[in-house]
Amino acid sequence: MKPITKRPESLVDIPTHYCPGCGHSVVHRLIGETIDELGIRNRAVCVAPVGCAVFADKYFNCDGIQGAHGRGPAIATGIKRANPDTIVFSYQGDGDLASIGMAETVHSAVRGEKITVIFINNTIYGMTGGQMAPTTLVGQVATTAPHGRNPLLQGYPINVSEMLSQIKAVKYIERVSVDSPQNVIKAKKAIKKAFKNQVDGVGFSFVEVLSICPTNWHADPLKALEFLRNDMMKQYPLGVFKDEGKTQEDK
Amino acid sequence: MSEKVLMKGNEALAEGAIRAGCRFFAGYPITPQNEVPEYMSWRQEEVGGAFVQAESELASINMVFGAAATGTRSMTSSSSPGISLMQEGISYMAGADLPCLIVNMMRGGPGLGNIAGAQGDYMQATRGGGNGDYRVLVFAPYSVEELGNFPKMAFEVSEKYRIPAMILADGILGQMMEGMSYNFEPVDPKTLKKPSWALGVNDGTRKKNNVSSYGLAEGELEHMVLKRAERYALIERDEVRYEERFTEDADVILVAYGISARAGLAAVKMAREKGIKAGLFRPITLWPFPTKRLAELAQKCKAMLCVEMSLGQMIVDVKLAVNGKVPVTLHARPGAFFPVAEDIETAIESTLNGKKEQLFTLSDLAAKATNTCAKPSDTICKEGTLL
Repeated sequence: MKPITKRPESLVDIPTHYCPGCGHSVVHRLIGETIDELGIRNRAVCVAPVGCAVFADKYFNCDGIQGAHGRGPAIATGIKRANPDTIVFSYQGDGDLASIGMAETVHSAVRGEKITVIFINNTIYGMTGGQMAPTTLVGQVATTAPHGRNPLLQGYPINVSEMLSQIKAVKYIERVSVDSPQNVIKAKKAIKKAFKNQVDGVGFSFVEVLSICPTNWHADPLKALEFLRNDMMKQYPLGVFKDEGKTQEDK
Repeated sequence: MSEKVLMKGNEALAEGAIRAGCRFFAGYPITPQNEVPEYMSWRQEEVGGAFVQAESELASINMVFGAAATGTRSMTSSSSPGISLMQEGISYMAGADLPCLIVNMMRGGPGLGNIAGAQGDYMQATRGGGNGDYRVLVFAPYSVEELGNFPKMAFEVSEKYRIPAMILADGILGQMMEGMSYNFEPVDPKTLKKPSWALGVNDGTRKKNNVSSYGLAEGELEHMVLKRAERYALIERDEVRYEERFTEDADVILVAYGISARAGLAAVKMAREKGIKAGLFRPITLWPFPTKRLAELAQKCKAMLCVEMSLGQMIVDVKLAVNGKVPVTLHARPGAFFPVAEDIETAIESTLNGKKEQLFTLSDLAAKATNTCAKPSDTICKEGTLL
């Protein structure tokens, strides 16, 4: 018998605490494979967020740090500036990145930090039990929006990738999804590019991953996937929003 | 050793940090400490370190969190309102057992207050300030020379015990110029040993390193906090620093830190000229506080007088130290106002003679004050009565 697939060396062999059906585990695997394939495990540093992925620093088999809610890109900035040879990635959810950490997100992009940011968008606060996120869709029910998000009271969902793509120092932004095998393959490609960019010293690279939260959406995994495809993708279209290599000014 | 030069406090501090091997600085503009990031912006470049102007103090302290986690001597500086914002990151660093240096050039508060020097952040600095059960080392310089030389000491003690260190100075010290010299040779950070816990590039032979402040398994956090408390106990035993002037035969001992101690020393000399046996006790570490030595001195003197540019914050620690053995009085200049030697000298005499002039107590204030906010209501029970 010949194994055709195995656990990436860059993932620690321990059970994760993620709920059944959750997209985090898939994205973890894609990052683990990427770190293996690029041969950067001994210089990779994971910056874990506050939220469902809070233990990510323990799951990746590379150095890791866990910091305050939303501050991942600031922490990553400190690591990268103090040690430019490290490959630093900040792994964040939508509450962490698009709400409490919006200033850190925007300004690390404005400064053009040579880091990789992986942004998991599942339109909800998962760890705290399903409160409304800045990414929650109009009409989507959350524990703090029991009648559904009402634009007159809570405004509209924020499209982070589109917003960050307006910033000059940003080099690469793509929105992907992990709802189907084809999309998982595309997501892997995007994540690998975002890491490779850092290896090559290109600049700020950002991948938004649409993901499901069956637990807090109160949906079975199939219904959850339908919601992602039919509703989320309307608000958050997949695609590349920016892809620049090193420009003349960077050299 | 270096020759004596004329330097501004903030610049002496920044250069002192560079000489101490600081190779990462992140900061955000706030008066009265702007010379520190300004100096760092070109000086870090010169020595091959990193300087980042952050988008906020929240970001500054979290950048320091990241840089310090790689074993780099890392630092930020700010002033009172900015330090309030940093409490989140300071708590995380204390919980993750990271050494670093935070400088607070205190200004008037609360809120926006004003930009003049003050000492209103003593409690915040010495009690932790952020959430959770923790301490940070607090060093209180009182001259430009100490501002320049304390960063090295602060980094070394901070690294020895893996605990954040703070230099608690004020806007007056930061802005004033005086002659100073560095009492140590510049440190080449390449000669410092990389800590075993540091994150970053490795040869793959060690296990992965983790830096975090959480412990969610049953009993894990209690274990972490208690292990840290062992180091706090050693710090309280071994790292107390203070200075004494004329305390040997003193009847009244003035207790003051930082810039207040400068005025205090002048007042002590004035009192001595009048034949009053006054002395000065200057805590240099505010945490660990020189509790033991103050308790010893309380056996010999008749009274202690605290001089503070606040409503009286350090006095709590002094009272705890002397434990009722001698009366402890207060000369207070809150609201970013500087204590004057003549007034302090009067306060020394009042302390010795049981008078009130230049002494501050809340009961005296209450006797004069009128309650303009609300009339006392019958439903609020008076002190000592039952509901």
